[in-house]
Amino acid sequence: MQKEKRALQKHQRTYGQRAKRDLQKNWSVYLMLLPVLLFFIIFNYLPMGGVIMAFQNYRIRLGLLHSQWVGLDNFRRFFSSIYFNRLLTNTLTIGFKDILYSFPITIIFALLLNEVRVTAFKRVVQTVTYLPYFISLVVVCGMVMDFTEQGSAISNFIGLFTGKQESLLANPKYFQEVFVISGIWQGLGYGVIVYLSALGSIDESLYEAARIDGANRWQQTWHITLPGLASTCVIMLILKIGSFMSINYQKIILLYNPATYEKADVITSYVYRVSLGEGTDYSYGAAIGLFNSIINLIFVVSANAVSRRFAETSLW
Amino acid sequence: MKRTFGDIVFSVINTLILLLVSLACLLPIWHVFCSSVSQPLMLNAYRGVLTWPLGTWTFAGYNKVLHTSYIQQGYLNTLIYMVIGTAIGTVLTILAAYGLSRQNLMFKKQINFIITFTMLFNGGLVPTYMVIRNFKMLDTIWAIVLPYCVSVFNIMIMRSSFESIPSSLTEAAEIDGAGHLRILTRIVLPVSKSILAVIVLFYAVQHWNSWFHTALYVKNRSMFPLQLWLREIVIAETSSVNEVDALDTSAANQIRTLFKYCVIMISIIPMLVIYPFVQKYFVTGVMIGSVKG
Repeated sequence: MQKEKRALQKHQRTYGQRAKRDLQKNWSVYLMLLPVLLFFIIFNYLPMGGVIMAFQNYRIRLGLLHSQWVGLDNFRRFFSSIYFNRLLTNTLTIGFKDILYSFPITIIFALLLNEVRVTAFKRVVQTVTYLPYFISLVVVCGMVMDFTEQGSAISNFIGLFTGKQESLLANPKYFQEVFVISGIWQGLGYGVIVYLSALGSIDESLYEAARIDGANRWQQTWHITLPGLASTCVIMLILKIGSFMSINYQKIILLYNPATYEKADVITSYVYRVSLGEGTDYSYGAAIGLFNSIINLIFVVSANAVSRRFAETSLW
Repeated sequence: MKRTFGDIVFSVINTLILLLVSLACLLPIWHVFCSSVSQPLMLNAYRGVLTWPLGTWTFAGYNKVLHTSYIQQGYLNTLIYMVIGTAIGTVLTILAAYGLSRQNLMFKKQINFIITFTMLFNGGLVPTYMVIRNFKMLDTIWAIVLPYCVSVFNIMIMRSSFESIPSSLTEAAEIDGAGHLRILTRIVLPVSKSILAVIVLFYAVQHWNSWFHTALYVKNRSMFPLQLWLREIVIAETSSVNEVDALDTSAANQIRTLFKYCVIMISIIPMLVIYPFVQKYFVTGVMIGSVKG
């Protein structure tokens, strides 16, 4: 009787009691988690709180507490700005072109690598294509400039069609392609790893069975390899769409110049310019940044929902 | 397995494509190397991509780079930031990964959410800048090494690696009365050497190559890491070579292009040397992260 009662009590401990017991038992684990929590609170959550400056006319001297509230003025100013359309269009087009070019190329590259039967050759190709990933953005952009300047092979080749000798980065027409293609150059070896590991985990007996049934290489790829790769592709696509709005603005800032702003300037690079780079319009920059973060969040959440609904794979 | 004619044709074409892609990945680096040992005057007159050094090989550019004080200082700064940033980041990551890999932690879900939510939403450039400013970190080493020293992705990679350690190992130690710090250092870490190498290298490469946030938070030029000098030399092509070095202008101008390529080379040489050795660990790390994350 007594025993049963105690067992019952144990079961019915309140939330507070359970929390207290947990803290007593696991205090040292929580202590280990504390530094990292502090890190995220300081460098991620305080800035999230700081976005209220988007609704103020923020002055450093006055701080968040005493700056004047202006409601949605900063947002209105951005939406009615002559740059709004250009920034949104460029952000979306560059994000779209990036997925359009790099997503299929990475998958095709993985499939080609997967068909190599000589392991040593495969490893060498992988090692070499992985190299650009380790090179800093500053250096990569320096190389991009060398390869697209007037008189270089690439711009000469394009000059054959346009009849003009020019540096590609000086012409807004080419900026987005140069940006995306150099991105593929840098990220191909890294991007392919995930697909190769998925390809490696496809059951070898499926191929054997197909071969016995007389399937050729192409049929094997179509009926076994691609379906086996599908869920990885979906996850990678979600991740890509999720980072749609967070274009590598550091690279944009390194490569663009006033002559190419019309095609190169994206929301995040504009935020940098108006609030920290050239201007000091903090509230305006914070408002545009908040707009960007919210759109970005919507992209990730919807991509995840769509894939959970139709592909039965999701990030969470 | 019989190899048909079609198979052979495919293999040949496939090999050619992969060779071309590999060459395309190497060419820019080869171009930089060839430029860095070319004759400076011929280099100045040349436009486009080099496949072989111009004129007789010269190491004059390297000699100049290695004797330039701001490059030496920048190199040293980069090393310091990399070591400190990597150390802090790795320790925090290990602690977080260990904590989150424990079973029966009542608030694990909530803590996990707090950490992963930062991947989905952030306050943005300006509020982050203000926080760092308000903490009086601007123009200090902390603004360079702290703000991005922990990555959620790395915590997830490490956590899933820790979770794959058989629980019988840690349970035995727990029964013997070992504390968590002891379990972590004596049991978990010794069997996690390769994942530890991955995390350290991820962070080290990140710190070695980072430039943007340093440029935002640090204006004091004596604190510049190598990448910021590189940006001035390579991208902005400002006259910093002349400004900082009281060199004879004409001589400096002659050597400027050569100088640029030599600085690029010395900045990427450490990566070129270590990456083939660490590549296999990176591959393992990315795979664990992508499969379980």
